[in-house]
Amino acid sequence: MSRLPLQGLLVLEFSQYLSGPSAGLRLADLGARVIKVERPQTGDAGRRLSIKDLWTDDSSLLFHTINRNKESYAADLKNPEDLALVKKLIEKADVLTHNFRPGIMEKIGLGYPEVKKLNDRIIYGAVSGYGKEGPWKNRPGQDLLLQSMSGLAYTTGNAKDNPMPFGLAIADNLCGSQLVQGILSALIRRQKTGTGALVEVSLLESLLDFQFELLTTYHSSKKLPKRSNVNNGHPLLNAPYGIYATTNGYLAIAMVDLKQLAKAIDCNELMAYDQKEAFSLRDEIKLVLAKHLAMQPAAFWLEKLHAADLWAMEVLDWDQLTKHEAYTTLQMEQTITTSKGAKITTTRCPIRINGERLFAAKPAPQLGEHTEAINKELIGKEQRIG
Amino acid sequence: MKPLQDIIVIDFSQFLSGPSAGLRLADMGAQVIKIERTGVGDICRQLYVSNVMIAGESTIFHAINRNKQSYAADLKNAADLEKIKEIIAQADVLMHNFRPGVMERLGLDYETVKAINPQLVYAEVSGYGNEGPWKDLPGQDLLLQAVSGLTWLSSNRSDNPTPMGVAVVDILAGTHMAQGILAALFQRTITNEGSLVQVSMLESILDFQFEVLTCFYNDGRELPVRSEINNGHAYLSAPYGIYKTADGYLALAMGNITQLATLLGCEPLQQFTNTAEWFVKRDEIKTILANHLTGGATDAWLAVLEPADIWCAKVYDYDMLVEENGYQALNMEIKVKTSNGLSITTTRCPIRIDGEIYTSDIGAPLLGEHNIIIEEQFGLKKHPVSNAV
Repeated sequence: MSRLPLQGLLVLEFSQYLSGPSAGLRLADLGARVIKVERPQTGDAGRRLSIKDLWTDDSSLLFHTINRNKESYAADLKNPEDLALVKKLIEKADVLTHNFRPGIMEKIGLGYPEVKKLNDRIIYGAVSGYGKEGPWKNRPGQDLLLQSMSGLAYTTGNAKDNPMPFGLAIADNLCGSQLVQGILSALIRRQKTGTGALVEVSLLESLLDFQFELLTTYHSSKKLPKRSNVNNGHPLLNAPYGIYATTNGYLAIAMVDLKQLAKAIDCNELMAYDQKEAFSLRDEIKLVLAKHLAMQPAAFWLEKLHAADLWAMEVLDWDQLTKHEAYTTLQMEQTITTSKGAKITTTRCPIRINGERLFAAKPAPQLGEHTEAINKELIGKEQRIG
Repeated sequence: MKPLQDIIVIDFSQFLSGPSAGLRLADMGAQVIKIERTGVGDICRQLYVSNVMIAGESTIFHAINRNKQSYAADLKNAADLEKIKEIIAQADVLMHNFRPGVMERLGLDYETVKAINPQLVYAEVSGYGNEGPWKDLPGQDLLLQAVSGLTWLSSNRSDNPTPMGVAVVDILAGTHMAQGILAALFQRTITNEGSLVQVSMLESILDFQFEVLTCFYNDGRELPVRSEINNGHAYLSAPYGIYKTADGYLALAMGNITQLATLLGCEPLQQFTNTAEWFVKRDEIKTILANHLTGGATDAWLAVLEPADIWCAKVYDYDMLVEENGYQALNMEIKVKTSNGLSITTTRCPIRIDGEIYTSDIGAPLLGEHNIIIEEQFGLKKHPVSNAV
């Protein structure tokens, strides 16, 4: 790749865990230089958060996944000398992100008005859990809690199940995406006007935005969305939308005309239903279908469904998927060598530019790994005071 | 000034993934023109069915396409196609989600269009990328969830693989498309050149799983195992999950089990002093916790947990949520109006710029509603197509 789109941009990341850092990762993969500003000794709290107790070098594999392609600058923001150096970095930066709770950056003296005085071209990105006003503003901005409070937990699983969360950090991920969109939009404006911007996103607003179809439908109907009793795929959608068991594995069937479906899979019982009943009788229809599909293997059905151009796919796990040619063709994996020589395989940026995949060999940084180099290069300082 | 003011986006995409990216660009100030097939339009106007309709169209179409314009054209008609090319020549962004090969047949593929407008950012979203055995299969949300392994992460171990109940693949692919477009627009301010931006739903939904996939790649390819009950995340220890109480539901995120035992007065939990057990014995711990929590009301549990800074929350449905001050303080709802007077309440852009909430009261367009003003704007009236050819 000759030139990455964000080449030349300097991003200072005060963010921790996932939401802010996932935005930093995307900006880095698109070509920006991202420097994590981390507390000495401890650093991004995400360094200590592991899943399956997997560690690489001194930090969790999770941290390495989220923070590859970044540098680390250690600074104690409560120490005036360190803070002065950080302010020098801010003068040189194009973007700053943080996800401290409301008020913390202001207390340090790095609220937007102060930072703007140092650098009026900076794009200042702030992530919060629930916005900076209102009774929830000091609540912990944790993904599962946001899923639970935003109504999202009533979209997944069947009607009789408990509210069911998404099994991934959807709020963090989407909020990071919104932050990237806001920052990039503001950078485009800056090229015209010469002035920076304050970009604010919250986990809650991001999750409400995510549910915009369901919420708009709710506002017009005044009725709560209902998960279907069986094989729920999406609360607003008709039968057959959902996942069904076969004699060997599972099959997903999306929006499909009932008569065409009945014909394709040779199901007489299903023939009795009119397309107009596909929503009102969806539980009954899904039960008929589930019974029928349970009699043959997934591949048997899939061949018939695809022959009729109907929207269906086999359900795969990662083992099956990663061995499939459709997956290997993507070249979605990349192997990265950490600064201590460990090798990690992870995913690459999902966006392709000018037909090229964006790989990045730079690993996640050791805490403070680049402090000296950055002092020298960006601050023009040979040795740290004291 | 909104950040994307003066940016013109020509959007050929349908359904949700592409149009959701278009909506965000519109929210940020761009002029987004949907190019729709004469007489039919975006298939989402009819096909994406829910049981709630607004003026004969799905509520979903209105939510996705507010704040946009509609230009109706038959791309197989030479005169219409010429007009479209003139619009493209003056646009900043083109977006589409046709299956691989369709834009080539129309003569609107990137190489051809680049010759007309070298500064154009050309963005496409596909289901599975432009190569490989699945390239011609329909890129539909549930199907992408199914093949990507995502359905083995939600719900409990003995349940069927369970899809996420919102079109998560479409939405994520849309955000990645918007990110690519914006990055390319930024680059253009420096290089004065356009770019090709490509995303696929499959790569997007794999990216969404980047943390857990990285775990899988590096731990000997062990598949995720959902907890037997109250699963919140296949890779996380007890108590992570949602629990039934005497009068509703309570969410508990990462937390110290023995501290919870003390706060909740749950004696049987006191024995789990070894933190490693919180993962290994999570089903056992969750079972004890689930039985205990049904003995009290949600608010009563919150009253002991919140002061101790435990990560917990009451589980809301929309009826409960919209009554909360915490929700109302966001001003998340906006009313938009279509040109035929239909008023719809929907959500606003979730990004605030310079402390400002961006709202717009412009509803989704009628099919072809803006043909005349767009032809004026792009000078198509003054140069009749018959003369131009």
